Amino acid sequence: MTYKKRYDGRNFTESREIEAKAGVIKRADGSAYFRIGNTVAYAAVYGPRELHPKFMQNPERGILRCSYNMMPFSGQGERVRPGQNRRAREIAMVTEKALLPVLNLENYPNAVVDVFIELPQTDAGSRCAGICAASIALADAGIEMKDLVGAVSVGRVDDKVLVDLDYSEEAHEEGGTADIPIALIPSTGEMTLLQMDGEITKEQLINALNMAKDAILKINIEQKNALKNKFEVVNDE
Amino acid sequence: MSKDSKTNLIRYLSEEKRFDGRKLDEFRQIEIEYNVSKTAEGSARVKVGETEVIAGIKLEMGKPFPDTPDEGALMVGTELLPLSSPDFEAGPPGIEAIEMARVVDRGLRESKAIDNKKLCVKKGEKVWIISVDICTINNQGNLLDVCGLAAIAALKVAKFPGFDGERVDYKTHTDEPVPLLKIPIPVTVFKLSGKYFVDPTSEEEQEYDSRLTVTTIEDGTICALQKGGDAPITVEDVDNMVSIALRKANEIRKSL
Amino acid sequence: MTTQKSELIAKDKKIAVPGEILATGMDFLPSNGTYRLSDKILASKLGVLNVDGKVLKIIPVSGRYFPRKGDVIIGKVVDLNFNGWRVNINCAYEAMLSVKDATSDFIRRGENLTKFFDINDYMVTQIINVTSQNLVDLTLKGMGLKKLYGGRIIEINTHKVPRIIGKQGSMVSMIKEATGCKITVGQNGFIWISGPPAGEILAVTVIKKIESESHQSGLTDKIKEYLDKNRVVPKQTTPVQESENDFEQEEPQSDAQSDFSDEQE
Repeated sequence: MTYKKRYDGRNFTESREIEAKAGVIKRADGSAYFRIGNTVAYAAVYGPRELHPKFMQNPERGILRCSYNMMPFSGQGERVRPGQNRRAREIAMVTEKALLPVLNLENYPNAVVDVFIELPQTDAGSRCAGICAASIALADAGIEMKDLVGAVSVGRVDDKVLVDLDYSEEAHEEGGTADIPIALIPSTGEMTLLQMDGEITKEQLINALNMAKDAILKINIEQKNALKNKFEVVNDE
Repeated sequence: MSKDSKTNLIRYLSEEKRFDGRKLDEFRQIEIEYNVSKTAEGSARVKVGETEVIAGIKLEMGKPFPDTPDEGALMVGTELLPLSSPDFEAGPPGIEAIEMARVVDRGLRESKAIDNKKLCVKKGEKVWIISVDICTINNQGNLLDVCGLAAIAALKVAKFPGFDGERVDYKTHTDEPVPLLKIPIPVTVFKLSGKYFVDPTSEEEQEYDSRLTVTTIEDGTICALQKGGDAPITVEDVDNMVSIALRKANEIRKSL
Repeated sequence: MTTQKSELIAKDKKIAVPGEILATGMDFLPSNGTYRLSDKILASKLGVLNVDGKVLKIIPVSGRYFPRKGDVIIGKVVDLNFNGWRVNINCAYEAMLSVKDATSDFIRRGENLTKFFDINDYMVTQIINVTSQNLVDLTLKGMGLKKLYGGRIIEINTHKVPRIIGKQGSMVSMIKEATGCKITVGQNGFIWISGPPAGEILAVTVIKKIESESHQSGLTDKIKEYLDKNRVVPKQTTPVQESENDFEQEEPQSDAQSDFSDEQE
């Protein structure tokens, strides 16, 4: 038995339904809501602002500081204990690395741009959803950036290479799986996040990466629309 | 905060006005949206003006406490997320978050809002443990009252997950609601320069002499109190503040 | 050599998003908020596209205040040291007001500086210098620069400041007249309002309204109508002379207003 049809009926190249909004948190300098299927991420940007402690300051440019946090009720199973565990810290670090290549923080020596990612519900792909939300929030905060980084996970379920695995696909037992979260700069096609759990052949990997590119270009349209919808001129006359 | 802004708020209150034009005992608009998190057994997003929080319920199977072998347990946590305000910092809960969680917890516990006996699966061995976690999304003042309302809203729609006697199946939700008997609502009444007001914005809540959180249930019974602020209060103050809290709680309960 | 035809892809006066292709070909030139990527010009900031001949630039619509020399702003004292005050100017960097720039009075060494400014006091001040590391120096020597007493401070999106001020200060004058308040708008998005509570509340409401609806057309008329309906000062039949000598930016440095305005004649 091979994995012929996806559990939720999607095409293998199709990501789940996306909903993106900018400016959802009034107190923040920039913010966003990003939903892909049943995975929901909020991102808030504060800054550029003063950085404490002082020894962390960089006199050449501003620094980016990300945090990733699952709300206690956002996991598929039992309650997630609050606080920064090793997984959350690693995801925060790779999120920073995924976003930094597009940002220009040279005008902000010694300052920090804080990005807080919070997930009220997850169904796999949460780090990618967090990155998508963070990109919108950074643009909303008026930060200079070459592009909106988009992210999605691709991978393998049994013998099929596919886009945007949900939790049930990640847990598919027969034939094994591979999960590859990817972040990409749409205008150049360069990748800024690449990780993998599982097993895959080289051919499948390259195939998966190309599928990710197409999926992220579609996600990018939603990200752009979120920002335009917030600011576009309304002609109500 | 500056002397000026305190003087200014006093000037407003003496004309029976608030910084945003409300009356002294007027709440901002309340909006409640249920089941906003599919992974929670129950959840609610509560907006009061621009203040927004999400509360989620998780149910887990655990061992009862030795002194209450046939009763389940309740835990309340609040997280003042740095996402929701430039003033909140990352890290373990500060005293502000702890106070909020404990006041909300006390309201639920002391009112016996949840039928703890119904949470018992096997006496002395298996009981349901209810975790109420409240996360702030946007802080524009009066978080304690908003968190308390979100907690009860999430509990109201919470359903037990599947359980086969051994393991909890979080993929399935039964139709069985969490046994909620009462609706405790906390209302915090603030006092500044002899005037009482409720539901402050972030700007207004910097400037008070004292505050009293009064949690009440439908029949008017008071089930939790918490006095805060640096100034002392009199019996007369308590009389006035409880009256306001009772009236407001009845209004707020209608929004559920 | 085949030269590709140059073409404007995005629309003038419309919102552009980072990474969006604004134009193709080599004829257009990238200016603020845009960059060239091979034969394309892309946006690098969120904002309104401005096409000036062949020059493309983005006028930002969001983001925190960035200090510029000459800006008249409102600041809040956050600390004192032996030769002056540290001031929060609503941006990533605190500014410094030294004693010599604060007053012409003779101040003895070691004198108690709180006599002049205490922590949490507000002031209308001007930026006299911004270093490469964004160290900001302030002065109080200039017309309209002063300490602010009483009143309320509100914070708005710094990019909306030109709309609050209006052409030659028309919008803010209209608000002052209808609310009976003194109003000073800082380029950094801090606004000081002082008057009777009812007037202050109306002023705050209207300013927030302008901030959130500034992208709509016919804003001035809408605000005028709103103010007339809710005014706290009875309407004058004769034009009121501006009695207040409050300093107010008529937004000479920023070109944002005219670029933004959908109400140009």
